[in-house]
Amino acid sequence: MFSARNLKLLTGPIGKDNPITIQVLGICSALAVTAKLEPAIVMALSVTMVIAVSNVVVAAMRKFIPDRIRIIVQLVVIATMVILVDQFLKAYAFDVSKQLSVFVGLIITNCIIMGRLEAFAMANKPWPAFIDGLGNGAGYGIILIVVAFFREFLGSGTIFGYPVMEKLGLYSIGYENNGMMILPPMALIIVGLIIWYQRSKDKTLIENK
Amino acid sequence: MKEFSNRYIFIFSSVMVIVVATLLSLAATLLQPRQLKNLELEKKKSMLESIGVPSTRETTENLYDKFINESFVLNSKGDVVDSVEAFGVVLRVEQRKPLEQQYMPVFKAASEKGDKLTILPVQGTGLWGPIFGYVSVESDMNTIYGVTFDHTGETPGLGAEINTTSFESMFPGKKLYEADKFVSIGVIKGGAKPDDVHGVDAISGGTITSKGLEKMLQDCIVKYDDYLLKNRN
Repeated sequence: MFSARNLKLLTGPIGKDNPITIQVLGICSALAVTAKLEPAIVMALSVTMVIAVSNVVVAAMRKFIPDRIRIIVQLVVIATMVILVDQFLKAYAFDVSKQLSVFVGLIITNCIIMGRLEAFAMANKPWPAFIDGLGNGAGYGIILIVVAFFREFLGSGTIFGYPVMEKLGLYSIGYENNGMMILPPMALIIVGLIIWYQRSKDKTLIENK
Repeated sequence: MKEFSNRYIFIFSSVMVIVVATLLSLAATLLQPRQLKNLELEKKKSMLESIGVPSTRETTENLYDKFINESFVLNSKGDVVDSVEAFGVVLRVEQRKPLEQQYMPVFKAASEKGDKLTILPVQGTGLWGPIFGYVSVESDMNTIYGVTFDHTGETPGLGAEINTTSFESMFPGKKLYEADKFVSIGVIKGGAKPDDVHGVDAISGGTITSKGLEKMLQDCIVKYDDYLLKNRN
């Protein structure tokens, strides 16, 4: 069940095979939801759940899915999952659903999910597909949370809404929040810095010319 | 991968569509009562927030009955329309009608100290979608007692800041009128001057939402102009 291969499915996407920093997928939502830590975390969890479950569903059906309409089938599976999640949140976790608002619907268009279904679930059994989904969700989530941490901390001076900078008394000595950090382009720059850092640590990631 | 016949593909997609449709309509129907209840509670909770009464899911209903003691609907001339129930009026629907046919709900409340307050709902457009809220005014029908705003899809950290305490807390004490002239509240980029009774600071990075909020306050509250002037004391 947790063979070396399966474990690698889990850890790979967190590090050397990260969907955001290596495959450069799912950047759009990484820009949109990372101005604050809280929505970033809920988004990371929702995406992880949707990838894992859709991966299992598609892997279980993989022998019956006609090749010619497989993309449509995958999309239908993802869309169904996302709508169900959205409806349940609205009924049972109204505050969370209010906070995430449109982003729940946007999970449908997250390229990482489609990518995993097409590249992995269509050719593997449900259990490895489930682990692969968790791994990729985690890899996506970690980057989201790191980016959101820096953006909220430097942009609004808070962590989880707690006014850290104010408590440290930095405003009284002339410190000001960096308004740039809360604008979407800074998310891209932070992702860029993470990619830079990761490649400088692990030279095997650098492509040969 | 093995080749499937066209017949199989048609059957497969038909079955898939039927299964998915059943699943989704089932979920939507079963969850709808709870979702509607949530929306109703949310509305009551927002109204309570605008008069400075915090509530939780469990306490909303009771507190609403305790603090909000009267509600009625006005027509565009400022007269009370008896046939319509205020809580059921949806501003979004009203705003699509011609002005003469619009209904404008008013909620009367008492603050914890016993001040008589008037709660006016507002509805407008932000960057990505609707923004809405409640503005409560003191018995002089001029000074803002409290506000609460919300949105459906503004960007977290930017436009979505309109529903934070730090933004909403700038409103109490501001004035809607300059003598008898309605001037509303401006949302000022770069920051309102400290002595400006008609302005609050805009949100950095949320310019379009801020502008939308300013327009919402102007457009919605001006409709109550006659009523507010008549009921001053």
